[in-house]
Amino acid sequence: MATQTSSTEQSVSPATQRVALRCEGLVKRFADVTAVNGLDLEVFAGECFGLLGPNGAGKTTTVEILEGLTPADEGKVELLGQQWNSNDERALRERIGVQLQETQLAEKVTVIETLRLFRSFYKRGHSIDEVIQTVALEEKRDARVGKLSGGQKQRLAVACALVGDPELLFLDEPTTGLDPQARLSLWDVVDKFRKGGGTILLTTHYMEEATRLCDRVAIMDHGKIIALGTPLELIESLGADQIIEFRVTSPIPEGALTGLPAVTHLHRRGEDYSLTVREMGVALPALLAEIKRRQSELVSLTTHEATLEDVFVSLTGRMLRET
Amino acid sequence: MNPLIELTLTRVREFLREREAVFWVFIFPVLMTFALGIAFRNTAPDKTFVAIEGDASNPRVSELANFLAHSPEISSSVVTPDEAARSLRSGKIAIVIQPNGDSYSLRFDPTRPESRTARLIVDDVLQRARGRNDVVQIGEQRITETGARYVDFLVPGLIGMNLMGSGLWGLGFTIVIARSRKILKRFAATPMRRSHYLLSFMLSRLVFLFLEVAAVVLFAWLAFGFTVRGSWLTVFLITLLGGFTFSGIGLLVAARPTTIEGVSGLMNFIMLPMWLLSGTFFSSERFPSVLQPFIKALPLTALNTLLRAVMNEGAPLWTNWMHVAILLGWLLVSFVVALKIFKWQ
Repeated sequence: MATQTSSTEQSVSPATQRVALRCEGLVKRFADVTAVNGLDLEVFAGECFGLLGPNGAGKTTTVEILEGLTPADEGKVELLGQQWNSNDERALRERIGVQLQETQLAEKVTVIETLRLFRSFYKRGHSIDEVIQTVALEEKRDARVGKLSGGQKQRLAVACALVGDPELLFLDEPTTGLDPQARLSLWDVVDKFRKGGGTILLTTHYMEEATRLCDRVAIMDHGKIIALGTPLELIESLGADQIIEFRVTSPIPEGALTGLPAVTHLHRRGEDYSLTVREMGVALPALLAEIKRRQSELVSLTTHEATLEDVFVSLTGRMLRET
Repeated sequence: MNPLIELTLTRVREFLREREAVFWVFIFPVLMTFALGIAFRNTAPDKTFVAIEGDASNPRVSELANFLAHSPEISSSVVTPDEAARSLRSGKIAIVIQPNGDSYSLRFDPTRPESRTARLIVDDVLQRARGRNDVVQIGEQRITETGARYVDFLVPGLIGMNLMGSGLWGLGFTIVIARSRKILKRFAATPMRRSHYLLSFMLSRLVFLFLEVAAVVLFAWLAFGFTVRGSWLTVFLITLLGGFTFSGIGLLVAARPTTIEGVSGLMNFIMLPMWLLSGTFFSSERFPSVLQPFIKALPLTALNTLLRAVMNEGAPLWTNWMHVAILLGWLLVSFVVALKIFKWQ
């Protein structure tokens, strides 16, 4: 499986870029948990920035603070040069587009009626037809929202966020629960928006989505950012680019595995072993020899190039979708 | 595209596309008017059902049956003591008469109004049959004119109840559903004016308010010859005031709950007492006088009183300024409080 790196073509150099969104020292506590725990973030104009992390990492809370929907307990937020506590909240809302993770739009109204309603909230913006075309819902324009598929509903939700022609677009897990086909067509929508020069902050727990769409990603865990960079930088930071995953009939001591040549990291979960290796040609024969020497047998073995998923595993010792 | 108009149109569309809502708001009150109007329609006064306890072969018993048969108001039958007791318990008869030598004894439940009436009728018939003469002449004038029948009393009450129901459900439900589906939160993320959202409910209510009232009035006119005695302008103003007051209360009820269960409980808690106490089906004057100040302060009592005053008596609005003030008070307080505590997410 090859890692796509298309998103790094126009690599963004922080020093020369205008900042579209900045937050410092963000803290949000709920009764029993600190959802966001001292978070700093900078998103540059024109980039697609991904907030990556497992469920419960605090992604949604962070995004809702940035969107001005949830007040933070501590910290500063500035987007497009403005702050949320200013009197001009509505002027700022004219300039951003929001797709919330859990919104279920009214089911009895049609696609075009929904968009017309959202369009009416903005002083300026796209025409309804333009937006319908952008999200490829032409055939469903007169269908009721309740009759749409999951992917179509999600594209409509994004269309509602686009209708005011925003400079900054927030997408909170836009493709969660969608089938691959629906996900691809949503990615197209995101691409179109970026081509128009828009800035995006998106959250996801799909690695391939972040790799495919984002210029830079921040990996979030327990309310904090634990890694930040382009997807490629993060993968390279592993000091390795190959992963061996295998399963054997009888356990092998961890020391024996980490001691193998070219192995930089081991992650073990029950019967499943995952080795991060620098050189596959060196590590793989050594591993097979070690398994044989221990009189164990392979049940399965796969290798792949390192992904952001592996970055998360090596940083936290957990799989992204475990928690 | 004006946001207020678009929001209102969305309200109207959502309502019209919800078949159940249309049924409860338009069809149900009409059915209710029909059913109650039929059940309590004014025909010849009902007969009083009387049981004679004893054996039909007993001459005293047949003499008594003969006396009672002379009165057009009485329907009597001779039964065994067992059956008499059973019929009395089940309400099939109002009173039991037992010949007792030369006199009679009556058995009845004094808390039942029809039993008390039966006692007076039976007493009168028996005394006359045994030779009593009237000592004074009493003339009678019987009135069954339109406007004083039960259905005339009922229609304004049903309209009031319907305005309460559609105001509370219409706003309460829709808003809480929007909150639980995170639509409110989504709207809050746009530059939409929040006052526009709430105002759109008022405007869409305005569309349906008069249709609701018209449906019931029209039906009652066609089926029962119901007429409005006062001015239509007064009816319009009272409907407007009542409709908005209950919209305000609906807004207040919906200001915080995040689940349908939560808001349903709250709405029943608010509506149930008013269904019972506010004189929809029978006059609220029947409740004990200690309760009266409380009952009078209820918005539905005020609305029902105002509607009856204009529809049945043709009274102008200012004669009932107290009730107008009560409604205005509820309207104002519920709106202000609702806007203060309203939760967008």
